Amino acid sequence: MQIDLLCILIPLFPLIGFAINGLGFRQIPRGAVGLIGSAAALASFACSLYLFAFFRTQVGITGSNAPIIANLFDWISVGSLNINFSFQIDQLSLLMLLIVTGVGSLIHIYSIGYMKHDEGFGKFFAFLNLFLFFMLLLVMGSNYVVMFIGWEGVGLCSYLLIGFWNTNTNYNNAARKAFVMNRIGDLGFLLGIFMLINTFGSVEYVDIFEKATRFTIGDTTILAITLLLFVGAAGKSAQIPLYTWLPDAMAGPTPVSALIHAATMVTAGIYMIVRSNVLYTLSPLTLEIIGGIAIATALLAASIGLVQNDIKKVLAYSTVSQLGYMFLGLSVMAYTAGMFHVITHAFFKALLFLGAGSVIHAMSDEQDIRNMGGLRKYLPVTFWTFLIGTIAISGIPPFAGFFSKDEILAHVFMHNKVLWVLGLIGSAMTSFYMFRLLFLTFFGEFRGTEEQRHHLHESPASMTIPLIVLAVLSAVGGLLNLPGGGWLSDFMSPLFEPSRRVNPQAFADATIDHSTEYMLMAISTGVAILSLVAAYVVYVSRRAVPASDAVERPVAEKVLYNKYYIDELYETIIVRPIRGLGDALYSFGEFIIDGIVNGVAWLVRASSAQLRLLQNGSVGFYVFAMVLSIAAIVALRFFIRF
Amino acid sequence: MQPIQPVNIPEVIQQIPLNYYLIISTALFVIGIIGVLTRRNVIIILMSIELMLNAVNLLLIAFSSYRADPSGQVFVFFIMAVAAAEVSVGLAIIVMIYRNIRSIDVGLLNKLKW
Amino acid sequence: MLTLALILFPIVAALFVLAIKGESAKQVAFGAALIELVLAAYAFVQFVPNAQSQFGFDYPWLASGGIRFTAGIDGISLLLVVLTGLLVPLIILSAFRQQYDRPSAFYALILFMQAALMGVFTARDAFLFYLFFEAALIPIYFLAAMWGGENRIPVTLKFFVYTIFGSLFMLLGIIYLYYQTGSMVAGPPVAGAPAIGAAHSSAIADFYTLNLSPAAQGWLFWAFFIAFAIKMPVFPFHTWQPDTYVESPTPATMLLAGIMLKMGVYGVIRLMLPIVPAGVDVWGTTAMVLAIIGIVYGSVIAIRQRDMKRLIAYSSFAHVGLMAAGVFSQTANGLQGALVQMLAHGINVVGLFFVAEIIFSRTNSRMLDQLGGITRTTPKLTVYFMIILLGSVALPLTNGFVGEFLLLSGVFSYNNWLGAIAGLTIILGAVYMLRMYQKSMFGTASARTAGFADVSGSESWVLIPLVVMVFWIGMYPNTFLKLTEPAVTNLLQYITG
Repeated sequence: MQIDLLCILIPLFPLIGFAINGLGFRQIPRGAVGLIGSAAALASFACSLYLFAFFRTQVGITGSNAPIIANLFDWISVGSLNINFSFQIDQLSLLMLLIVTGVGSLIHIYSIGYMKHDEGFGKFFAFLNLFLFFMLLLVMGSNYVVMFIGWEGVGLCSYLLIGFWNTNTNYNNAARKAFVMNRIGDLGFLLGIFMLINTFGSVEYVDIFEKATRFTIGDTTILAITLLLFVGAAGKSAQIPLYTWLPDAMAGPTPVSALIHAATMVTAGIYMIVRSNVLYTLSPLTLEIIGGIAIATALLAASIGLVQNDIKKVLAYSTVSQLGYMFLGLSVMAYTAGMFHVITHAFFKALLFLGAGSVIHAMSDEQDIRNMGGLRKYLPVTFWTFLIGTIAISGIPPFAGFFSKDEILAHVFMHNKVLWVLGLIGSAMTSFYMFRLLFLTFFGEFRGTEEQRHHLHESPASMTIPLIVLAVLSAVGGLLNLPGGGWLSDFMSPLFEPSRRVNPQAFADATIDHSTEYMLMAISTGVAILSLVAAYVVYVSRRAVPASDAVERPVAEKVLYNKYYIDELYETIIVRPIRGLGDALYSFGEFIIDGIVNGVAWLVRASSAQLRLLQNGSVGFYVFAMVLSIAAIVALRFFIRF
Repeated sequence: MQPIQPVNIPEVIQQIPLNYYLIISTALFVIGIIGVLTRRNVIIILMSIELMLNAVNLLLIAFSSYRADPSGQVFVFFIMAVAAAEVSVGLAIIVMIYRNIRSIDVGLLNKLKW
Repeated sequence: MLTLALILFPIVAALFVLAIKGESAKQVAFGAALIELVLAAYAFVQFVPNAQSQFGFDYPWLASGGIRFTAGIDGISLLLVVLTGLLVPLIILSAFRQQYDRPSAFYALILFMQAALMGVFTARDAFLFYLFFEAALIPIYFLAAMWGGENRIPVTLKFFVYTIFGSLFMLLGIIYLYYQTGSMVAGPPVAGAPAIGAAHSSAIADFYTLNLSPAAQGWLFWAFFIAFAIKMPVFPFHTWQPDTYVESPTPATMLLAGIMLKMGVYGVIRLMLPIVPAGVDVWGTTAMVLAIIGIVYGSVIAIRQRDMKRLIAYSSFAHVGLMAAGVFSQTANGLQGALVQMLAHGINVVGLFFVAEIIFSRTNSRMLDQLGGITRTTPKLTVYFMIILLGSVALPLTNGFVGEFLLLSGVFSYNNWLGAIAGLTIILGAVYMLRMYQKSMFGTASARTAGFADVSGSESWVLIPLVVMVFWIGMYPNTFLKLTEPAVTNLLQYITG
């Protein structure tokens, strides 16, 4: 089988699915719509698996780790710059391909059940397929511009899906906010690309990384490039200061939150940095900045998550926080660990969101955990899978999250002890808010209305099967990269070859002695379990329920509950001034500029009104003027020779 | 520009220097200008214009004689003929003005303005 | 000869349309525009991608003065000829649902306009260029002044006088250049080239080879810049634009925004950069800064507009600012980007104005706060509008991206900070465009928008070609980039010397 063709097929399937469902969703019956949408995703997944196997075999046979490049056509050619529309298949894109298509397929299947009663069923699947298409372009592109296509495309799909129920103005505003904030990041990304073009004369990964190895560490151009690219990553992956769109993005249907805003799209920033690892390795200052932003984001989001009462909002802040951890890993050049956390996070966060979706589905679209409780009895499958997800994210062994988070923290420990302590605090908060969520939702007494209780039911198989699959993956995902050199490290190792060349000593101390390692594991596990117990005491033993919104809260809790008033801050210092500026320029600026234009016209009119008075009709005056003028001309000719 | 040829000028003419002609014609011309500027009676203005014309004629004749070039004198005849025609048209206009406003004061002829 | 046909055919057709009484004038005009489109498409297909001027003709016009009726198509012209050929039939078609008084005059004026535009884009003689540049103003003035909104008379008068005022500076510049030709040509006489002391010439190609002093180039720069800056418009010469766009009947607005403002950008590329390179070196940054101020200024104002047409007008102002900035970067990226963006912007802005017109014709309102909920009943309009809008906000794989990407990269390589500020357009553009879309299409339907009928018939046939072009340019821009590349390379040689 031709590999180029296979590469094309992977994104093509979802595009075809989009075309069929998008063009004909009013004619195609519902059953077929879901089938087509899911089949497209599954077909991509199958191709990705085949490609993965093929790549492994090829590496095994030839021993060469060279990426497969599939060139489709020259997209933009101007002067010496030629931007190909081409795909690059290597270890990193394969991993992302498998996550995107694998988790994507599961979420497609889940959506068949979840969205069954929605009138926009066909539209929904069309958008999901379109999202897959763009996400695949993002991870498969062989240059930054193709990545940028996917980058903006997933932003568009995110916009369309957040505002899926478009009669609700709040949802639409959330969608617009997400798009605009992403656009802010995209501008950074775009400027980064321009700088890459100016520096390297190319946008192809292969060319750039090859040329980049000739730069020295700390080069200012590379610093600027990496910072600009990171702005893009911060927008897409919801880091400070561009994270506020992600919690609002929960307005979209829950499968969307699982697929786009947890498992795949938001990890694009991490993908991009891992992809550009050599550039970041060259710029330690950027890494320091990323580290600072990452830990701040992780802690800020986790602390907000502690007091949120919307089941999806808690998960959203948890996502922001976990993304912070991934960036934290990247900032200490633990690229594999960051990627590992991307993978495990995709499993358990998708699981948690889908579980939350199952709860919301059962609760007739209720999302407030204060109105839940005791659901364990009614939704057993959801409960058990949700429990696995919770344990996994909290970092309790032997589930997936433990291994990936521990690896990040171990690297951070070697790099910077303060960051490690802060990371540990974040980890404690993660464990606390996740178990708080679990206990409030599934334990205790049911607190909803009688009508909701009557309606409670376990979700259909199309929804529970993806949950079970993801739960299994969340449970055993850690096996991918066991401490002390797992499969993933070996697999991804060739990706970091250029990085090792430019900064050998940074990668040299990658080993850590076992006693320290076990100690670190024990500490982080201990912290997580401590938080678990604390949450159990508060929310199960004491049966505490968060206060309703009407109750006055203590100051600290109030600040957290209102998300540090960051949205209000942005509103005040950015949105309002721009609006005000718009009004001012429209009324005042335009008035002045137009006033000058009209003023010139007025001046001509006014001076002509004065000048015409010279034409007073008196012959004597005319003759006098004539004589005077002639005399003046003669005098001029006489005195001044010209 | 042709180089100036030395010419024979009759003795009679040389008795009066060219400057005298220049002075008198300038004087006549200025008198004419002053007349046009200061008088309000159309007929006198017309006469002043004639005076200016004749000042120019005089100058033409004087130069013509001193250069022994007859074309200047030919021009004078032209001017006299045109002036005669002009006077007749001018007087006719004055008559029409008088018939309309019962006056020949130019100060009253200021309808054509703004 | 094809060029002559492109210029003359619309005039003949317009005279024919004038003779027709009644509504059938629009069908005839549409047919004529289609034939013109075929001619333009023929030029597009037959064009050989090199720097030569093709399909040209040359006719002594004021022969004794060295002024000739010379026209031809090179890569840069071709793109605009295709744009004009494509948009005019769509503009006429978009008016099919409307009843205008004196239809024969209305459609004849559109065809006259097309002839003048074709003339501007193909002229190879500076006086001919000027002639068409001014001639284009006359039909659009009458279109706006006779069929416009309530406030049309003062608005169109201002537009007319303002642009004429600017053009006069260009005329001065052309006359000055004209007198510099002939005597200044150095070297031994070459066949076909003017010898030393030869007669003056107003061929644009002859202007390229003049040796002008830097001071003269500085003055010429401003003479041309004012003319083109008013036409485009560039901040702060833009105040005629929003009012004129709003007051004009929509077909006239489309002509103005879709094609006519490209005359300014085209003029900068054709006349300013190669003729006064030293002037551009000195003043180009100033011009670029003005253009970039315009981007931000227009975008910020657009965010606060209620009237859809006015919003699109300000967005158009911002987009043109980016084109101007890219052109003044004097890079291959900037120039190529400007050319593609001219094509893309023409398509997008016509689409957007048409959507605004569709909404206005059904709800009798263009005010965003009176609209909303339209998407419930209009799947087709929702999709078409979204696609054109995405083109306008420069989403990759749509036409706007290719242009903006190249333009911004050109500006960025000229100056990083200016590039970053110009880049704000991609953020602010998303803000105002999505706001417009949300307020008009999403939300709950009001009494005004309930039962909004979806697009059909002629409306679809306007929107579908636009949507196809959005994707064509976005997905395979090399079709167009390859055509313009030789001409742009050639032009850059004059600029860099």
